[in-house]
Amino acid sequence: MSKLIDYTLHLADTALIISHRNSEWCAHGPILEQDIAITNLSLDQLGQARNFYQYAATLINQDNSSTVSEDSLAYLRGEREFKNLLLTELSNGDWAQTVLRQFFFSVYQYLLYEKLQHSNDEQLSAIAAKALKEITYHIKWSGEWVIRLGDGTAESNHRIQKAIEFLWEYTGEFFIAADYELIDVAQLKEPWLKKVKEIFEEATLELPYPVYMHTGGKQSVHTENLGFILAEMQTLQRTYPGLEW
Amino acid sequence: MKIQIRKFHYGDIPEEKAGGQTSYYKSTEQSWPLWEVFIRSKQGLDHKHAGSLHAADARMAIENARDVYTRRQEGISIWVVESKNIHASDPSESESLYEPAADKIYRHPSFYDLPEEVKHM
Repeated sequence: MSKLIDYTLHLADTALIISHRNSEWCAHGPILEQDIAITNLSLDQLGQARNFYQYAATLINQDNSSTVSEDSLAYLRGEREFKNLLLTELSNGDWAQTVLRQFFFSVYQYLLYEKLQHSNDEQLSAIAAKALKEITYHIKWSGEWVIRLGDGTAESNHRIQKAIEFLWEYTGEFFIAADYELIDVAQLKEPWLKKVKEIFEEATLELPYPVYMHTGGKQSVHTENLGFILAEMQTLQRTYPGLEW
Repeated sequence: MKIQIRKFHYGDIPEEKAGGQTSYYKSTEQSWPLWEVFIRSKQGLDHKHAGSLHAADARMAIENARDVYTRRQEGISIWVVESKNIHASDPSESESLYEPAADKIYRHPSFYDLPEEVKHM
């Protein structure tokens, strides 16, 4: 049971943290239409996170008759309890870095949820099936941006190259399974690389050479970014416990 | 901030009549053309004008339209067309264009006797 709880929290935390990062663009987008686009995307991810948190709360409460809720799981857990992927907590950087992070993540998330929708766990499978439609669009949206920037001007190409250099070493963690994971993530690596390569080719970009890959997010050992995210995200609930709209 | 006059190419309308707009847009927006968006709703058979937006190309225009104009299930089909490709009638000619139709009631099919059997006309 605790494995399933950990796994559900891992999925929830990952969706919440990348949602929060993308939401930071709200009212700061490069153009109004893209501001709305990334905010929509962020809300899709928040919806996914809520589904997983609600399920995790049900499991936890069943297990030890406590009374956690989706809110307490999101707002009252510390940095060393969050199990999100490292990639999702990295800073937004410029637009290139944000859309590339989204692209790397969405391709992975798609492959993962595709497996998850056939999982024996009915709840997880239903959440994944529902999210897949949204993620299909996220891949299209972010993939087109990667192509546009890679095959755009010298400046846009330079920006996306820089983003690749920065983000690449956080993608290895996707495929190294934690002991609580229900899906064999190692086998997602090949199709993930294939899709990334396909878009990179269209974008006149090259896959980087193998580098050292960071890990730890799944085990709650994070980069320095997560503490700052939680500080901002949780300050209201922690200052005024139980506060509602 | 520098004020720039933004030119919308709305076909036949002379610029001063189309209300050449004063804009505070920065350079990125300025290089992206304007698109008109048409949405077909679930019930509707026709695409209706929903508004306009900026995008670098047609594909981005459709995606932007999806994100801006169909967030609340407004539609199931999107058309976009670059605004400069839309030609409009001149408002100053509206007297000669539209008013002559006002007294020609015989153009409405209301002078025919319909047989009883024909319903829903």
